[in-house]
Amino acid sequence: MGSVFLGAVQSIGTTLRIMSYNKVGFTGFIAVMLILFMAFIGPFFVPLDTETKVDQIYQPPNAEHWLGTDHQGRDIFSQIVNGGKDVIIVAVVAGALSTLIAVTFGTLAGFAGGRTDSVIVSITDIVLTIPQLPLLLVLAALVKLNNIFYLGLILGALGWPSLLRAVRSQALSLKQRDFVEAARALDLGTGHIIFREIVPNMMTYIIISFALAMTGAIYAQVALVLFGLVPFSGSNWGVMLSLAWVRGAIYFKDSIWYILMPVAAIVILQLSIVTMTRSLELVFNPRLRSGE
Amino acid sequence: MLKHEAGSGTPLSLRNVSIVYRTRKGDVQAVRNVSLNLRAGESIALIGESGSGKTTLGLSIVRLLVKSAEVTEGEIIYRRDGKEVNVLALNKNELREFRWKECSMVFQSALNAFNPVIRIWDQMRDTAQSHGWKDKKAIRQRSLELLRFVQLDAERVIDSYPHELSGGMRQRVLIALSLLLDPQVLILDEPTTALDILTQRTIIDLLRKLKEEQHFTMIFISHDLAIAAELADRIATMYAGRIVELGSEDDIFYRPRHPYTLGLIRAVPKVVGDFQELFSIPGSPPDLINMPSGCKFHPRCPYATDRCKEEEPDLEEVGPEHFAACWHWQEVEKELAAKPLHTTG
Amino acid sequence: MALIELKNVSRTFGKGDERVVAVDNVSFAIEEGEVLCLVGESGCGKSTTGKIVAGLLKPTRGQVFFDGQDISAMDKESFRNYRHAVQIIHQDPYASLNPTQTVRQMITRPLLRHHKVKGRKEAEARAIELLEIVDLTPATDFMNKYPHQLSGGQRQRVSVARALTVEPRFIVADEAVSMVDVSIRVSLLNMLSRLQEEFNVTFLFITHDLALAKYFAWEGRISVMYLGRIVEDGPTRRVIMDPRHPYTQALLSAVPEADPDLARRKKRMQLRSADIPSLLDLPPGCTFHPRCPYFVEGVCDGEVPQLVHIPEGGRVACPVRKDVSIQLIEETPDAPVAA
Repeated sequence: MGSVFLGAVQSIGTTLRIMSYNKVGFTGFIAVMLILFMAFIGPFFVPLDTETKVDQIYQPPNAEHWLGTDHQGRDIFSQIVNGGKDVIIVAVVAGALSTLIAVTFGTLAGFAGGRTDSVIVSITDIVLTIPQLPLLLVLAALVKLNNIFYLGLILGALGWPSLLRAVRSQALSLKQRDFVEAARALDLGTGHIIFREIVPNMMTYIIISFALAMTGAIYAQVALVLFGLVPFSGSNWGVMLSLAWVRGAIYFKDSIWYILMPVAAIVILQLSIVTMTRSLELVFNPRLRSGE
Repeated sequence: MLKHEAGSGTPLSLRNVSIVYRTRKGDVQAVRNVSLNLRAGESIALIGESGSGKTTLGLSIVRLLVKSAEVTEGEIIYRRDGKEVNVLALNKNELREFRWKECSMVFQSALNAFNPVIRIWDQMRDTAQSHGWKDKKAIRQRSLELLRFVQLDAERVIDSYPHELSGGMRQRVLIALSLLLDPQVLILDEPTTALDILTQRTIIDLLRKLKEEQHFTMIFISHDLAIAAELADRIATMYAGRIVELGSEDDIFYRPRHPYTLGLIRAVPKVVGDFQELFSIPGSPPDLINMPSGCKFHPRCPYATDRCKEEEPDLEEVGPEHFAACWHWQEVEKELAAKPLHTTG
Repeated sequence: MALIELKNVSRTFGKGDERVVAVDNVSFAIEEGEVLCLVGESGCGKSTTGKIVAGLLKPTRGQVFFDGQDISAMDKESFRNYRHAVQIIHQDPYASLNPTQTVRQMITRPLLRHHKVKGRKEAEARAIELLEIVDLTPATDFMNKYPHQLSGGQRQRVSVARALTVEPRFIVADEAVSMVDVSIRVSLLNMLSRLQEEFNVTFLFITHDLALAKYFAWEGRISVMYLGRIVEDGPTRRVIMDPRHPYTQALLSAVPEADPDLARRKKRMQLRSADIPSLLDLPPGCTFHPRCPYFVEGVCDGEVPQLVHIPEGGRVACPVRKDVSIQLIEETPDAPVAA
């Protein structure tokens, strides 16, 4: 048991070392870790300020309120700290589901060809042409979209088609490679060929797609909140943005912090995720590690 | 028809050239202290395997090395009509005058030697114009003339795209392109690799025509000893960035004095005739960042002694105009006296 | 009974106007323990034939027999045996290994999957054994390496070791040494020869390099292919020293030799045309006739010449020249040309 633990620690250590070879990517990784820490652990230390303080409306950043206050005098910093959790969970759930569907079926379609391919591509095309926003509007009326897991699942179930097409064409080209042919000659089995020969060689692509799926989901949910389709309670960054917009926070020099902060938080999160992929590439594609 | 003025003297001299690639893992010594004189009308073949430095050396003459490569010492002297310049010291404008007009390079015929979205004519015109020749009509005339010289259907090829031509045809176009501005020196990098046997033969014959009828001065870079046997007057074998042997065609093939040259010759089979035993050279090419001490070939050399591990030999004269960098070249001579290399058909 | 036999095998690619006959009516047999070389220039169909033999491509027409059984009619079990018995080594050392796997993973996986060993420890030991057979020593040094950390020659050896995991009886080597340094080629070929002698592995050696074919298959046979058809075959000695088909003669005379004297003395063959016909638009009759210096109108551009046995050994598909021996080299530069 102890040796398994040691082994796991060692491989985490190795992974981190490999990721550090790319300075930019590693910075992104650290940033993501910090944001995650802030969003999930932070709330225990920085409780949400829900007290209305009329005398402190729209204060710019100062010693007491590090990021200023909102239209009700509530501290923005605490809102940022507490508001990341929901956004991130939806993004991760949506991104994971999209990527899982796209990779499994895209590779299968590309590799197997024939009927399987035709069926999968047809289904993909149908889903691709479904207009997402009207569908979400309809769903909003039927289903309570405020459960973040459900929202994540729905966004994930809608986001996979374009990714699948791309994965499929990657699989088609990898299928021709000599080492895949060798695996066929060695009779290693379709499952093995898909998951151990083809997919590992697409990892860079998959990681980036996962990152983009997440960023897409983040924008989608913010849009949904802005449209008032998703009645979130509490405050997450999307809600903050929506409230700030509705309150006309962009029009005043002092109130502008209220709208800028969630935007900044979202942008920094997106940027960190995308930058981190550079380091992740190194982990999955041994050839890129020229530092060894 | 094509008429090329044979030059005289020594158009190109390399003196103590060393080239290093700066990489994250360390400095790769690609070329170490190479000196060579190329006489007018002569063809020299640089023979070596991967890591020998031959391509790097060739590219350095026309200064087409990548950014991470640096010529750390030495000069490349080019002479014409009594004037001489150090190619490595030329500025951008002078370099443009030098490249293609004085010395041009023929690359391998792979598709990526061409811009895939423009026609051959555009490629030729662009090359000519970027080197100061503006007269479109004259360029077109000359291009057609050259395409005919390399035995292509000039009218058809000049308006084709690269992917419409076969490998052999593309190689000929590259040769024609290199002759466009009537250079004195040609450098050819693996001109027949990746070509089929029959196509290869036509390219070799064409190059021989260039050599014998037009008296071009040429440097061939190749791993293929056979092409050296067909086209070279002198051959330099390179190993780990240095010239380890230099001599005439006959010297190298029948009287090699460096164990590496001997090893190469014994590893290459002849097609026509009876069976011969072939011998591999044990080991593998050296790691160019962590090279062995002393003579870089010693880990693979059957004649190696302690001296070879400590001191790297310089080229020394082993015969008239024949040089080898080996402490034990006389042993090689003795072995060959007992078992000569000359075939009897 | 031959180990592998092809009967009238053809393979077409594409449809309609884009139809290309890559392999045209090819028949040959390879006995167990034998070496057969397929030589030809690019587009001659040798690689396609190799893949058909290895069961990676199905022929459009004709049959492939393994141990006397038609592989298209085999039951699952027999086909599986056939698949394991025939392995392929690819040309490009940089594409034949999965860049994301270590040598250990590549070799132990087939061992474990096909239960050639019991458990990880035995798999590790067997993997080391195999690496030693292909001269990758010390084997333990190589187990943890990724392909990008190996040289071309080393990768090819790993490819061979991987193929050996399933104890093949037959190996198709498709230009297996073409992309490797010259000085290493011979040792790779010698290693393959050793496999042939020690483990009685049968070889189909595909190459465009006549010199390598001659060296590797000297005790075996050569088949020369041109635009999808076999034009000549026979014992290597006979084909190399007494070629009969004009295309074979053209190849042998065109190959540059690493010997200046030999290069000077080789007799050149003048071809009528330098154009290579496109596979989309083949000439009628003998596909070599537009280039052949011995072209006879009416004979060569009419019927497709069939392979006919000659007493010296092997078959030749040329009614005009099959019985005519030529000299490939001049005895002395001024010697008259022998008839």
